[in-house]
Amino acid sequence: MNRLAPYLLLPAVMLAVMPFMSHSSWLALTVAGLAMGMMLFLMASGLTLVFGLMDVLNFAHGGFITLGAYLAVSVLGPLTGWVSSESWALNLLALLAAVLAAAIASGVAGLAFEAILIRRVYGSHLQQILITVGGLIVAGELIVALWGPQPLPLAKPAILRGSFLLFGATIETYRMAAVAVGLVVYAGMHALLNRTRIGLVVRAGVENREMVEALGYRVRRLFVGVFVAGSALAGIGGAMWAEYQELITPSIGGEMTILVFIVVIIGGLGSVSGCFTGAMLVGLAANYVGFLAPKLALGSNIALMVAILLWRPRGLFPVGGK
Amino acid sequence: MPNALLTFEGVHTHIGPYHILHGVDFAVPEGEVTMLLGRNGAGKTTALRSLMGLWKPNQGRITFAGRDISKLPTPEIARLGIAYVPETMGIFAALTVRENLLLATGPAGFQQDRLDTVLALFPVLGQKFAQAAGGLSGGQKQMLAISRAIIEERRLLVVDEPTKGLAPAVILHLIEAFQKLKAARTTILLVEQNFEMARALGDTVAVMEDGRIVHRGDMAALAADTGLQERLLGLSLAAHQ
Ligand SMILES: Nc1ncnc2c1ncn2[C@@H]1O[C@H](COP(=O)(O)OP(=O)(O)OP(=O)(O)O)[C@@H](O)[C@H]1O
Ligand SMILES: [Mg+2]
Repeated sequence: MNRLAPYLLLPAVMLAVMPFMSHSSWLALTVAGLAMGMMLFLMASGLTLVFGLMDVLNFAHGGFITLGAYLAVSVLGPLTGWVSSESWALNLLALLAAVLAAAIASGVAGLAFEAILIRRVYGSHLQQILITVGGLIVAGELIVALWGPQPLPLAKPAILRGSFLLFGATIETYRMAAVAVGLVVYAGMHALLNRTRIGLVVRAGVENREMVEALGYRVRRLFVGVFVAGSALAGIGGAMWAEYQELITPSIGGEMTILVFIVVIIGGLGSVSGCFTGAMLVGLAANYVGFLAPKLALGSNIALMVAILLWRPRGLFPVGGK
Repeated sequence: MPNALLTFEGVHTHIGPYHILHGVDFAVPEGEVTMLLGRNGAGKTTALRSLMGLWKPNQGRITFAGRDISKLPTPEIARLGIAYVPETMGIFAALTVRENLLLATGPAGFQQDRLDTVLALFPVLGQKFAQAAGGLSGGQKQMLAISRAIIEERRLLVVDEPTKGLAPAVILHLIEAFQKLKAARTTILLVEQNFEMARALGDTVAVMEDGRIVHRGDMAALAADTGLQERLLGLSLAAHQ
């Protein structure tokens, strides 16, 4: 029972708020919360694995989110014709181009960041915090230098604008699409982690890196791959979040970083399942609380984290000795 | 005497500010079982961790099959064909028994005959094959750790105190298993506090004290000389018999 409890938390939270709102509001808010959760999951999953595998705390992770968001703006700008076209194929092509560009740019930035800074500070959390916070500041300034400090608008592809009715609730199309994309990525990641040798080595490495190395696996090399993949996913999350907001500022990554760290801590550092559950909880809480008690919305995620850590000090899905 | 597969020559190891190994010299002959004995805190685990590159020796040489490995990273050392069972066993609790074993196989996965041999040695692992290893008992975890070390053909098997904290019946089972490995002429470096096990398995022996080797010789000679045992191993011997 105790081991199942974290899995039951999501449905329990969803059911618990039902009596306080109409069914249509509940459905709309739940979809909105899950959509936000999916995007948070994309942004956070790399961070949790990076910590799990090499014990590296990367506060610059938000920089990859920002970069992804700005790449989306830059790619979608010239593609306005495709974005507003009636053809869903052109719509999707534009979106795909934006997401791919975000993934590649953030992945390459991650590769450089790992090689230049991260590998110099293995083993020292203090140095990691100083150097990655510094990296985040530099990245923020670079973004401002390249794209300017003013907020930039971007448009959703025509087919993902607007909303539709589902059981009497108005559901934004984009949110439904975000849920779908998030589920596909989660399923893919789950399969990679649970059905392949690389996934097996990553899961083992998160639990006990030293033993994995003693079995002949080059964990550092693997870590670089995970770091790059995690950065690319953060870029995708950032691009999707930018499309969702339709307006971005240079602080987008910093704002999301707070939520991303809450997600990773709630889930249990190093756990992908925990990260997924944590992301959904944060997304749902933000939407439910924003509707029921808007004044409390800001503090609700911190309160959620405190409550969960009081219940489970090492997060919902504790990993190894972490 | 057969060729040495592994040699320590004047190995010094520091852990942080502490100087732990003060010039360790011994050899592990090919095809034999070498016992590394010594009281608690003598430096046995540190010697094995130095061999695996988990602590870096800062002086001296460790040679394996004629090659100096003392500066190689851990994965490269393991890839030379060394299987290591640490004192803490290194079982991945969240992985299944099967996955723990699979990690130690080559890219092609399990070779059926070796898997069959291992599961015949420790049938309980077959029964728990699909279960999380975290749920195994201490003895079963040790069996899994040893199985993982022999699931692929290796040149050297390095095991740190496999009987630690185990019930006598389980220890007998482990001794039997190691006797089968010995009969197959596996080269083994075995750290042990249990003198019964050392007597039953060892061909040669090295005894450590305060980070140095203080005795080297045939296991049979040490087993026959209670005075020497008392002097080298003292109370730890009596406590374990
Ligand atoms: N991580 C560490 N930091 C500092 N000192 C250590 C560390 N690990 C071991 N030591 C010290 O090194 C010495 C040798 O320890 P080691 O674990 O190698 O002994 P051992 O012979 O394996 O003992 P045991 O039979 O208890 O396993 C001891 O004095 C121990 O206190
Ligand atoms: Mg020891």
